[in-house]
Amino acid sequence: MSIIVAPTLSHYLVLGAILFATSMAGIFLNRRNVIILLMAIELMLLAVNLNFIAFASFLGDMAGQVFVFFILTVAAAESAIGLAILVLLFRNVGSIDVEDLDHLKG
Amino acid sequence: MTFQAILFYVFAAILVFAALRVITARNPVHSALWLVLSFFTAAAHWLMLGAEFLAIVLVLVYVGAVMVLFLFVIMMLDVNFEHLRRGFRSYVPVGATVGVLVLIEMALVLVGSYLKPAVAPAAAPPPGDNTKALGRLLYTDYAYPLEIAAVILLVAIIAAIVLTHRKRKQTKHQDPGEQVKVRSRDRLRVVSMPSEKRER
Repeated sequence: MSIIVAPTLSHYLVLGAILFATSMAGIFLNRRNVIILLMAIELMLLAVNLNFIAFASFLGDMAGQVFVFFILTVAAAESAIGLAILVLLFRNVGSIDVEDLDHLKG
Repeated sequence: MTFQAILFYVFAAILVFAALRVITARNPVHSALWLVLSFFTAAAHWLMLGAEFLAIVLVLVYVGAVMVLFLFVIMMLDVNFEHLRRGFRSYVPVGATVGVLVLIEMALVLVGSYLKPAVAPAAAPPPGDNTKALGRLLYTDYAYPLEIAAVILLVAIIAAIVLTHRKRKQTKHQDPGEQVKVRSRDRLRVVSMPSEKRER
């Protein structure tokens, strides 16, 4: 049973890294669909928050949890505004494909 | 300790699988639901790490509000999602490459701590009520950032409403400026016309 050790800080950091890399790959995979892009960003923030909470727990410092609290607040605001912009975009352009958003190309 | 380790691995496996399904699901509704699952398992991780309040907040705010918002938006948009997935397979190599590169970079940073014998044993979670401790910290040391966060939320509410508010054309409304500016000659016109004679 030497493989199953109690989860250490490194375990959580690796998990956060895997999550972050997954969402990063997701941004490249779904580069047309803005909704999935927003979801991948949420997933990235989740990975970062996981790191923060792991550090806060293993170092015994509550400041990390406070920071996660603020990140959650800002991320909620970000997704609300992002989705509002998305709805507006769909109303004006009729598509949420990133490739169609080339009006500023000149 | 072993039970905690098993729980960690189970939840980590579910979390990674759900994250993979979020980015590969065919239907955005399924993506959103997988994202809900990953939020739940992340909340379980946070519970194991002793952040009870944030775990509950994650479930209430993210699963309860943000993901419902996502689902509403997905259902409101009449988009051909299959069309948006064209070229998905051609993006797989570059996406996988970037993901693996990022993962390797982060693992290289962390591998040193793996090779060393465990130097930092898991500290016991801070004693007492997590919510109380967090609240005490938020309302004393972080009072001003808390207010800024509140203002950010207010700005987000106003911005979302202003952005998506649609003016209806049928509604009748008063324009006070026009009403004040009005002159009597705009409304009443005295027409002088010759009086007619009555015929006998």
